[in-house]
Amino acid sequence: MTTEVVQAASGVFSLAWLLVALPLFGAAVLLLGGRRTNAWGHLFAVLMSASAFVVGFIIFLSMLGKPAEERTYDQHIYDWIIVGKFQIPVTFHLDQLSITFVLLITFVGSLIHIYSIGYMAHDPDRRRFFGYLNLFVASMLLLVLANNYLLLYVGWEGVGLASYLLIGFWYARPAAAVAAKKAFVVNRVGDMGLSIAIMIMFVTFGSVTFGAVDAGVGQADSTTVTWLGLALLLAACGKSAQVPLQSWLFDAMEGPTPVSALIHAATMVTAGVYLIVRSSAIFDLSTTARNFVIGVGLVSLLFGAIIGCARDDIKKALAGSTMSQIGYMVLAAGLGPAGYIFAIFQLVTHGFFKADLFLGAGSVLHGMKDRQDMRRYGALRALMVITFVTFIAGYLAIIGVPPFSAFYSKDDIVRAAVTQNWFAGAATLIGAGITAFYMTRMVIMTFYGKARWEGDEHPHESPFVMTIPMMVLAIGAAVSGFALVNIGSIVSWLEPVTGFVESDPPIGDALLKVITLALVAIGVGIAVAQYGRREVPAVAPTAVSPLTKAARVDLYGDAFNEAVFMRPGQYLTRVLVFFDNKIIDGAVNGSAALIGGLSGRWRRWQTGYVRTYALSMVGGVCLVIAVLLLVRL
Amino acid sequence: MDPNAYVLLSAILFTIGSVGVLVRRNAIVMFMCVEVMLNAANLAFVSFAHANGNLDGQAIAFFVMVVAASEVVVGLAIIMTIFRTRRSASVDEENLLKY
Amino acid sequence: MSVVAAAAAQAAQDSSWAQTVIFWVCAPLSVLGALGMVVSRKAVHSALWVAVTMINLAILYVALQAPFLGMVQVIVYTGAVMMLFLFVLMIVGVDSSDSLVETIKGQRWLAIVLSLGVGVALIAAEGNSIVGPAVGLDAVNAADGGNVQALARLMFGRYVLAFEVTSALLISAALGAMILAHRELHTPRSTQAELSDSRFRLEGPKGPRLVPGVYARHNAVDTPALLPDGSIAIDSVPGPMQARGALRPVDEPALDEVVEVFEGHAVLTAPVTPESSGDSDGEGEN
Repeated sequence: MTTEVVQAASGVFSLAWLLVALPLFGAAVLLLGGRRTNAWGHLFAVLMSASAFVVGFIIFLSMLGKPAEERTYDQHIYDWIIVGKFQIPVTFHLDQLSITFVLLITFVGSLIHIYSIGYMAHDPDRRRFFGYLNLFVASMLLLVLANNYLLLYVGWEGVGLASYLLIGFWYARPAAAVAAKKAFVVNRVGDMGLSIAIMIMFVTFGSVTFGAVDAGVGQADSTTVTWLGLALLLAACGKSAQVPLQSWLFDAMEGPTPVSALIHAATMVTAGVYLIVRSSAIFDLSTTARNFVIGVGLVSLLFGAIIGCARDDIKKALAGSTMSQIGYMVLAAGLGPAGYIFAIFQLVTHGFFKADLFLGAGSVLHGMKDRQDMRRYGALRALMVITFVTFIAGYLAIIGVPPFSAFYSKDDIVRAAVTQNWFAGAATLIGAGITAFYMTRMVIMTFYGKARWEGDEHPHESPFVMTIPMMVLAIGAAVSGFALVNIGSIVSWLEPVTGFVESDPPIGDALLKVITLALVAIGVGIAVAQYGRREVPAVAPTAVSPLTKAARVDLYGDAFNEAVFMRPGQYLTRVLVFFDNKIIDGAVNGSAALIGGLSGRWRRWQTGYVRTYALSMVGGVCLVIAVLLLVRL
Repeated sequence: MDPNAYVLLSAILFTIGSVGVLVRRNAIVMFMCVEVMLNAANLAFVSFAHANGNLDGQAIAFFVMVVAASEVVVGLAIIMTIFRTRRSASVDEENLLKY
Repeated sequence: MSVVAAAAAQAAQDSSWAQTVIFWVCAPLSVLGALGMVVSRKAVHSALWVAVTMINLAILYVALQAPFLGMVQVIVYTGAVMMLFLFVLMIVGVDSSDSLVETIKGQRWLAIVLSLGVGVALIAAEGNSIVGPAVGLDAVNAADGGNVQALARLMFGRYVLAFEVTSALLISAALGAMILAHRELHTPRSTQAELSDSRFRLEGPKGPRLVPGVYARHNAVDTPALLPDGSIAIDSVPGPMQARGALRPVDEPALDEVVEVFEGHAVLTAPVTPESSGDSDGEGEN
């Protein structure tokens, strides 16, 4: 809930429109300009993205200079939809939450743009890639800067579109095309939730701007609020790859690695968390919805972690990790005012370390001729030093080793969870242990052990254009947690937007930290014992536990979708086709045949004989006279 | 003498003529039946004229006769032409409009 | 005819029982005529029955104080129109007769039923339409000095337009008939000489067929005639006999005699034989 006054944008804040306009312009130039822009397209895109970051940073600095109550600005661009009571303006809403996201998106985004110059250097379609990247950045910024849910939805759809285009970037590859389609379709299911939420909002509050909803939610009746919350949760599940809409995230790894880093780690998948936090007014009032959110976060947390333990493809393992980490964020958001800020905190740190991990994986791929099977890696730490160091930074961050970033953010979440809900608390703790396990496994399989690759890979370090962004992100992964707690407090920064409640765990803060670190250490130890001491087989062993088998197939996520939705859907279409062919076509053709048959019969009246015609004439005369008689009578 | 009797006779003649038109196959005989029907109509007109004391009926009957005569002329010429090409005066022969 | 008509008209005016009698004689006859027309097999018979109907109707017209119309009926209808019918019948084929078998299924009884329906409807509609006794045309006729004059007044007065139109109609009908019945001759008409010539060319010279017994001693039917050169004219024997081969053999001496007569060496004298009594073959010298 906001405790601030919304001001009209002026001065520096009136540059807000540039945030969306610059990357959008970049996308337009690159995509419409076509092959003519091939030579300089990528640099132009980087320029646009970086300029957006500069503008965002300037606005951020100006915002820092203002007192806490005066940090909200609305820049009205134009009135988009005016239909009776339904009024949707295009207005950019600048407040602490949105500027946080803006900085994250543009900073990480610009770094990944620079990285992509090197990663996609040999791809003839590089210009198109950058056009799509800019389109993505523009849509994501629109999403976080919108001041009403419908404009947010536009950005929501925009990022979905960009995700589709980027996953299926190598569209000639069947796996990529199918993955893009799957991502889009599963997202659509979630989008339905957002549409329904917007409709409920309009019917209940008469408007869909954040201000109107926040103001009106107090008077709305509680079932409406709960349904709103559930609808928004469904939308968040779709975009953030939470259970039950998580199946697309693993297939999305078909896209180029920068895409996985930017979209499926740092930014797009966090849009769901943004939505929940932005709608904090709704979730504050509905315990049922919050419980559902916690449930979803909890399940996804464990799901993702378990899957990450068994996948041999480095990117798919990282995808499982993403799902798990976002589970943490969603769980935190479900804890109410106690957890909103920590969800965003984790989001920011996750943006740094996950992007770093993905870019590192991309660098490994680049050196290993795009082979993604970790069983074919091994002993790369001497050959790809910078990659190794940055990867380790991200690794230490994700498992929560102090003073790296996630130590702070994840611990806050654990504390809040333990305070409110034993289940949630237990899940976060266990999740921390499993995270440590699978991340250590990944590091060992990739960088330690014996070299298991055969064939003609010559692992080499990536060029500077790729390693410099990785280094910057590694620094961010290392210090962002510390910085956001001790140098500038993220809690006090965001508190005016979401509200905050201090969590006091029953077993004490310090003890909780110790337990967390102990679990992390146990996880690391098991992984080292299993993978470090013994030889890693080059071919995945088949004699494994049922849980491993299940985890290798994403805990039957795809199988479930297929059985519950796809097959009945196919069956339904077959029934409908049958119905259409036999019954509708049958009716139509049948009526045509009927008429044809009737005409064939009646045609025999045309005997050609004059006398039959004369007969019908006489019959007609008889009829006419009879009718006249009847009328006269 | 009930004047309605003439009208009755006219109706009877009309009916008989109508049956003849429908039943006979020879074109010329059909034509003759049509003439009988026309005559029946004439009779009706004349008897109405007599009953109403008005000569209009007779005038109409006169014109009917004129028209019937010219109709016979043309009709028989047509029948003869058809006969020349088809060598038959049967009305059933002309059934090209058959389905 | 006109005397009868005048008498009938007078009678009709004088007493209504005369009118009744005329009616009850002429009406059944006209119905009979119509029926006869419908059921006759031969077309010419139908034409004659129609004439019967028409004359009876003419008498009825006269009885109904329409003498002019009655006469016109006899002259135009019975006279001109029916004669025209008969002429065309002669061109088309006088002995053309319809078979009584009806080729279209259901036509006959449907025709009777529907026509009866029309008749009944007509009777129901107008069968009792005349209320009260007939007014009669005496006054109207007298007003102009006679039926003809009164009709003339009407026709050239009130109905003059219809009159002109019908006269145009008559002219077009006549023209139409001429055009329709006209036969374009594409080749010049053959003269009799040409016809005969072509006949002979096609079939060969053919005189009349020889009667049996000519140039022979016997005139029995089965004795073939002899041609001048002594050969048998097989065609002089009737066809069936030719087919059966029942020819009486020719008398050889007689044959030689004939040849000598032909060559002018001898003269034929009638032999005294029982068979040749009555017939003289004395043709003299040939």
